[in-house]
Amino acid sequence: MKLFSTMVAISAIAVSSASAQSCADGKTITAGQLTIATGNPAYFPWVLDDAPESGQGFEAAVAYAVAGEMGFEKEAVTWVRSSFDEAIQPGAKNFDFNIQQYSITAERDKVVDFSLPYYTAAMAVLAGPSAVDTEPTLAALKDLQWGAMGSTTAVPKLEAVIKPSKSLMLYGDNADVNAAISANQIDAALFDLPTALFLSAVMIEGSKVIGQFAPDMNDSPDQFGMLMEEGNPLKSCVDAALETLSGNGTLAAIEAEWLQSTTGVPLIK
Amino acid sequence: MRSTRYKKTNRRQAYEAKRRRRSNIIAAISTAIAAAFLYILVPLTPGWSKVKLSFFNWDVLVKTFPKLLDAFLLNVMIFAWSAPLIAILGLLIALARNTQSPALFPLRIFGATFTDVFRGVPVILTVYLIGFGIPGLGLPRPWNSPYIWGTLALVLTYSAYVAEIFRSGIESVHKSQRAAALSLGLSERQAMRDVILPQAIRNVVPSQMNMLIALQKDVSLLSFIGPVEIFRQAGVFKSLMANFTPYVGAALIFLVVTIPSTRYADYLMARQMRARE
Repeated sequence: MKLFSTMVAISAIAVSSASAQSCADGKTITAGQLTIATGNPAYFPWVLDDAPESGQGFEAAVAYAVAGEMGFEKEAVTWVRSSFDEAIQPGAKNFDFNIQQYSITAERDKVVDFSLPYYTAAMAVLAGPSAVDTEPTLAALKDLQWGAMGSTTAVPKLEAVIKPSKSLMLYGDNADVNAAISANQIDAALFDLPTALFLSAVMIEGSKVIGQFAPDMNDSPDQFGMLMEEGNPLKSCVDAALETLSGNGTLAAIEAEWLQSTTGVPLIK
Repeated sequence: MRSTRYKKTNRRQAYEAKRRRRSNIIAAISTAIAAAFLYILVPLTPGWSKVKLSFFNWDVLVKTFPKLLDAFLLNVMIFAWSAPLIAILGLLIALARNTQSPALFPLRIFGATFTDVFRGVPVILTVYLIGFGIPGLGLPRPWNSPYIWGTLALVLTYSAYVAEIFRSGIESVHKSQRAAALSLGLSERQAMRDVILPQAIRNVVPSQMNMLIALQKDVSLLSFIGPVEIFRQAGVFKSLMANFTPYVGAALIFLVVTIPSTRYADYLMARQMRARE
């Protein structure tokens, strides 16, 4: 009897030490491999040169840090590409998690799972050459011709906070919004702050980030989470990894390395 | 009168009526069986509950449908101003390709190049290139509006197809018609306007109806360059709710418009076939 209970105790220890080694064991779509999806193309500053394998860029770096925390070597990480639609359609996924600036919303959370947030983004106004001198006040912003990327949370934010007087123009991706600003078809567009800063500095000549929204202007701040299939058992492992990374300052260090200081942009009143 | 006609109903007609009833019953039974199979089998598939939640979500449909209808008004408007422009330009291109005079050879070359280019390039590329490219040259507002240049892209593409249909209509009118008109003393122009075109256009009405139906759907391509019409509006809802039901709602709205026009085109086509018999 004593022998039996000792054996049970030993096996229990063995099981628990194995699970402590790797929370993700048997929970990934390919055993021993972590498959991560990102956008096609993936944009700076989230991924550098559309090459997430390099680990360069904020999201690529976060992805590798999370993978490392979960016990995956750099070689054990596989990248795939997905569009927004592919990520939310019902059925099996071809990735363990998907990292491409998905804002966590209650409605999306009903269909898919999100990790804890890895970044909190302020929304910012990118003004084209025709509107760079606009005052960063709601009253002045209201009368601009607005544009945004149709699949982002910028759309409800525009409708709820700025309430533009002219009808919105919406586009399929960042490049199309750029084209519309360059062609002077829209005065301004709403982006998350890091994207807006990148676009104004590199992509659109003569444009400027004229203001950002204070967090209290949002009913909920825009928090980015990694997207997973609804009920994915890996979620607890990803969350634990993110908790460790934010606790020991790694997440903040990655942010400081890849996302430029955003304090120089005035708040919108 | 009527009763005598009924009395003349012979055994042949009775037999045929019986046959018709019989095939109607068989068709009804097989349709019912097929429907029952779908109704029973589809919900048995393992992913059905998830698919139902993402694609056929009643709450989402009710919430988004009014705004989808609003957005559809924009489709109707773009369609309404594009269709006449396409008809006019299409006819002009067809006439240009059909000129006879040697001096007008450049016009024929132009017509052929136009149809080759705009039939050969996917509509969405034309919409992008013209919709962003021409305003990018630095036109002032409102002349850089995506509505103007997007419409032009649709008009160019569709008039290339429509021109080819008109041309086939013109060629379907027998050469002797033109010869007869000319020998009666009509000018080349009068012969085209008063003799050939009226017959040609009547011949191609059903085919042109199909182009109208295709245009109704392709208006949605303008959403790529900014206008928030029904497809874009549905896409916005889809992204925010992570649910595809708004697309199903948009598809239903399209069907309500396109099915009657498709049936009307079929009817015209059938009538034309009967007339030719």
